[in-house]
Amino acid sequence: MTAAIRVRDLSKRFGARLAVDALSLDVPRGRIMGFLGPNGSGKTTTLRMLCGLLTPDGGGGSCLGYDLRTQAARIKRHIGYMTQKFSLYEDLTIQENLEFIARVHGLGGVRMLVSETLARLGLQDRRRQLAGQLSGGWKQRLALAACTLHRPQVLLLDEPTAGVDPAARRDFWDEIHALAAEGMTVLVSTHYMDEAERCHVLAYIAYGKLLAAGSAQEIIDRAGLTLYSVHAADPADGGALGALAAQLRGCPGVDVIAPFGNALHVGGVDARALDGALSPVFDDARFRWAASSASLEDAFIHLMARARAAGTAAGAPS
Amino acid sequence: MSILASLHRWYALIIKELIQMRRDRMTFSMMLSVPLMQLALFGFAVNSDPKNLPAAVIDADRGPFGRAFTSALEVSGYFDIVARDSNEREAGALMASGAVQFVITIPEGFSRDVMRGDRPALLVEADATDPAATSNALGNLGLLAATALDRDLSGPLASLRQGPPPFELVVHKRYNEEGNTQFNVVPGLIGVVLSSTMVVMTAMAMTRERERGTLENILVTPIRPFEMMMGKISPYILIGLVQTVIILLASAFLFDVPFQGNLALLFACCMLFICANLAIGFIFSTIARTQLQAMQMASTFLLPSILLSGFMFPFRGMPGWAQALGEALPLTHFLRIVRGIILKGSTLADVAFDVGMLVAILLAIGFLSLRLYRRTLD
Ligand SMILES: Nc1ncnc2c1ncn2[C@@H]1O[C@H](COP(=O)(O)OP(=O)(O)OP(=O)(O)O)[C@@H](O)[C@H]1O
Ligand SMILES: [Mg+2]
Repeated sequence: MTAAIRVRDLSKRFGARLAVDALSLDVPRGRIMGFLGPNGSGKTTTLRMLCGLLTPDGGGGSCLGYDLRTQAARIKRHIGYMTQKFSLYEDLTIQENLEFIARVHGLGGVRMLVSETLARLGLQDRRRQLAGQLSGGWKQRLALAACTLHRPQVLLLDEPTAGVDPAARRDFWDEIHALAAEGMTVLVSTHYMDEAERCHVLAYIAYGKLLAAGSAQEIIDRAGLTLYSVHAADPADGGALGALAAQLRGCPGVDVIAPFGNALHVGGVDARALDGALSPVFDDARFRWAASSASLEDAFIHLMARARAAGTAAGAPS
Repeated sequence: MSILASLHRWYALIIKELIQMRRDRMTFSMMLSVPLMQLALFGFAVNSDPKNLPAAVIDADRGPFGRAFTSALEVSGYFDIVARDSNEREAGALMASGAVQFVITIPEGFSRDVMRGDRPALLVEADATDPAATSNALGNLGLLAATALDRDLSGPLASLRQGPPPFELVVHKRYNEEGNTQFNVVPGLIGVVLSSTMVVMTAMAMTRERERGTLENILVTPIRPFEMMMGKISPYILIGLVQTVIILLASAFLFDVPFQGNLALLFACCMLFICANLAIGFIFSTIARTQLQAMQMASTFLLPSILLSGFMFPFRGMPGWAQALGEALPLTHFLRIVRGIILKGSTLADVAFDVGMLVAILLAIGFLSLRLYRRTLD
């Protein structure tokens, strides 16, 4: 399988801050890649470099076979980019916005195309409404429609479903999958775990560094976490788990402590060290312990904690 | 094919800009009312008729006609004789210090020469530093000269009332030989109004997109810098021409500016000037990071334009460095063109140099702004 996007050692610096640090990534053609990472980890910066909005300070790569540095104009014609912040004109109506985008891309039959798009979005009777007056969810849908109007081969979506209700999010993902089925390559950043699981492949980035890439299962497996799920024996004893978490935090061998509904997830890479650390509380009558399998979220939290520890050890600013 | 696509994108931008312009009622009405406001401010301020201007009289004649003329000056209301029996040295000092704006010299033997019908010369020196202040008074002098002595020319001298005035009025302008009049100002206003609205409007063009975040979307479309510039500039050319019409109508009907030249030539030159200003505004908006910065750049540009172009102060009265700076400003050349066409009926050949300068400025700025246009968000 060929890669639609292939970058090597991509770096971007803002002043003293290294926002993206030697990132290498392949996005396979026709697939949906989820792009995850904590706030400020460099997702938006990476996407902007991919579509030529920012010039990389180091490294390079290609998008659809065009060079990122020298053929930005070509790339722009074949990609759709949905910005994190709404970037259509708030003082233009929905219809006017779509018409503008269609004309700018030199698409034929603008009227027709726009009215079809409006029908598909279910926005026909609101087409004269100013885009700025739309609710957050509708703005996102409009933005997606606008950036796919010219049928791009690669779609870069920056947190397209932030602030969108669950039903609309489901529609959104159905649409994204439909586009991928037509052969579009999608790179989509998100903070939602359920959305991550809808992607074919994932990339996880923290502090500007790519920490993991692969399918969800691969990432979980590679994290190699042994995990326990702890419940309080007495469901009314709300403070017990909190106290346990405080007690275990920082113990050698315990790499992950994360509340998970009524349970607490406790895990570690080194199973023996973890069991050693937990032995004093294993027999505590207040808790019920059960072996569990790590979730994607556990894996990410672990990856991030490890990256932070490595960064601190190396003396890098966090 | 590629040109067609380019025209397509240009068209898309123009439509978008026009819609946005129409929705932004405030700005839109400003664009149309600013010319009227400035016209009222500058035009009427200039047109106001300053009276009681201090004057010194050197009366070497001491005859009846000299005295009659002096009192006629006072009665006209334009002149306030502060030094009645002055001499050359004192009057010169008064003029230099600004204590008087006029020195009127009645030569020896004035009355005798008038009676003989010799039409003696009567010298009026005017401090024309502020031409607007003295122009009306000077205009009135001519009238005075014709009628001041009428009452004294009676009996056998009555025949002198007919024909040319009984004496010759020699007006000598000091400090500002060019001597702008109000007619100089009102046509100049076309330039000032166009400059101030056009530069400010386009200075916001790119920064607004940047601040609202819409630039991020624009930059990933196939729109090229030149198309962007043309798309941003074109709608305002229209606005500029509307403003030109408003001011021209006002100058003709409100201020009675005599119209000499070719209207088509005037509009063509206005168009050129509008484009030059739009390009300057556009260059500011590509350099500035925020709308506030763009506004500051625009006003930093406009102030010298108004001060050094010959609009406020006579161009030839300025020191060399200021003139050199002024030559680089489009308004300087446009003022010469527009005054030439409106007041002197200049032809294209007459204003060729200044038109050439405008073209050069336009090309240089246009080229530079395309070089400075940022294709990325860096
Ligand atoms: N234009 C800029 N100038 C200076 N610093 C910037 C700029 N853009 C981003 N940064 C910094 O670069 C780092 C990465 O930012 P980026 O927006 O790429 O993160 P992100 O992963 O998209 O975060 P989020 O999930 O919050 O959207 C942050 O520390 C941010 O402050
Ligand atoms: Mg982001």
